[in-house]
Amino acid sequence: MKIRKILIANRGEIAVRIIRAARTLGMHAVQAHSSADADSLAVRLADEAVEIGPPPAGKSYLNGQAIIEAALQSGAQAIHPGYGFLAENADFADAVVAAGLIFIGPDGNTIRKMGDKASARQAAADAGVPTVPGSDGVLTDLGRAVDIAHQIGFPVMIKATAGGGGRGIRIAHTAEEFAQLAPQAATEAEAAFGDGGLYLEKLIARSRHIEVQILGDGTRFVHCHERECSLQRRRQKVWEEAPATSLSDETRAELCDAAVALAASVGYRGAGTVEFLYDEASGEFYFIEMNTRIQVEHPVTEAILGVDLVAEMIRIADGEPLSLTQNDLKPQGHAIEIRLNAEDPANNFMPFPGQLGEMNIPAGPGIRFDHMLYPGYLVPPFYDSLLGKLIVHAPDRSQALARLKAALAELQLEGLKTTAPLAAALADDPDVRSGAVHTNWLEPWLDSHAHTLSQQKDDLP
Amino acid sequence: MSKAEIRTPLPGIFYRKPAPDEPRFKNPGDKVAVGDVIGLVEVMKTFTQITSDVEGTVLSFLVEDEEAVMPGQVLVEIET
Repeated sequence: MKIRKILIANRGEIAVRIIRAARTLGMHAVQAHSSADADSLAVRLADEAVEIGPPPAGKSYLNGQAIIEAALQSGAQAIHPGYGFLAENADFADAVVAAGLIFIGPDGNTIRKMGDKASARQAAADAGVPTVPGSDGVLTDLGRAVDIAHQIGFPVMIKATAGGGGRGIRIAHTAEEFAQLAPQAATEAEAAFGDGGLYLEKLIARSRHIEVQILGDGTRFVHCHERECSLQRRRQKVWEEAPATSLSDETRAELCDAAVALAASVGYRGAGTVEFLYDEASGEFYFIEMNTRIQVEHPVTEAILGVDLVAEMIRIADGEPLSLTQNDLKPQGHAIEIRLNAEDPANNFMPFPGQLGEMNIPAGPGIRFDHMLYPGYLVPPFYDSLLGKLIVHAPDRSQALARLKAALAELQLEGLKTTAPLAAALADDPDVRSGAVHTNWLEPWLDSHAHTLSQQKDDLP
Repeated sequence: MSKAEIRTPLPGIFYRKPAPDEPRFKNPGDKVAVGDVIGLVEVMKTFTQITSDVEGTVLSFLVEDEEAVMPGQVLVEIET
């Protein structure tokens, strides 16, 4: 074991999660933090803390040099990037290694290959993984692109190769619309990402988002089964489940095998997620992208498999072989995660940074709450709004839904507005209960239901 | 001649430009009309425009570009 001390280059609930994983491996945790996070739960829980800069993320959590210096000075052997920030920044991964440290994630070249949407698509096609019909690679000639759009069939999505998380996507329904939108998309991508590269994909109207968790040590690769994350608002997931109940056993096996094939084809080392669109009407699935990091929704996989994915990725980075075989990974029951954001769902999801008063955290069998909260905590306005995640696990989906409702009824966060009322309303919705949802289901639902989302119990008379 | 102050109602990060490579909304000496945007405050990745409720001339900015602000903090002084 080379790693005795890990520097955590992230914040919030995932920083807390990584500290816990480090502890279970007998490692010390150093929390790198901005000045705005000096009072964070992660800083309180870590063995050591180092301030790396002022509140704006660009000057702290995105300042790779400051993070590497903090790691060297604290005597850490490794850096865990969490998700977001520098987690999928290939140059940062390279710089960490160049400084003589271990990057807890795949190497820079793998991140580069899978992070670029067009090269990731090519890698998937090379590995025999189905991809959404589209342009093969980056469009080189915008004039000729309309012919490719015709071949794919309208509506098509125009995507920025450097985009992600739903950013830089345009939808063209006709050739005329395409001629107008494509140059705009190129200009905007150049301005937003410094890379005007575009590619095209067929728009699949009603699809589910299904993703496969994989682990690899560079020579051996396993899948940790799938998650379904079809409930999304502005392409941000709000509710995740494992397993995906919409899949037949045959399709599930094909999907998971495809993810392993892709991981093997790039010699993947670490934890990753292969994301697919599943067209329920045709039964076809298509690769969309690979995330080369731990994901927000990893706990639903941990719940059904009884594994610690964060500890496993640290072990792999430390040079140990994968501790699990495919046969060890047998799913048990059903898990649901809801994301608790500091946003007011009754008021167009207005961000709600504020001070937490008293809190009551749900507990009991099959209930897990990963969070960054303590009574009196002042939620800073500088970062994303995720406060925590409530994860429930039960023998089957209907019992998991019952457990989710019971846990939400116990949750009280005085003084904050959160998305908990949205989760409670979704848990009662007939479509959600029967699993009849797709990635464009939630937004229209919100248009007709948002005003009915009452706030938490302590706000009621 | 008197001095008016424009304050941020929100906590967050103050930006003086619509995008990093674009010019600043306003500079000292610029004329300001009611409703003119003087900056943006980013709260949890959501951007809110800060507009002027007075007419006049920009005296000075009390907050730098990309600096953290608290609710009620004065962003800019305007001579009316």
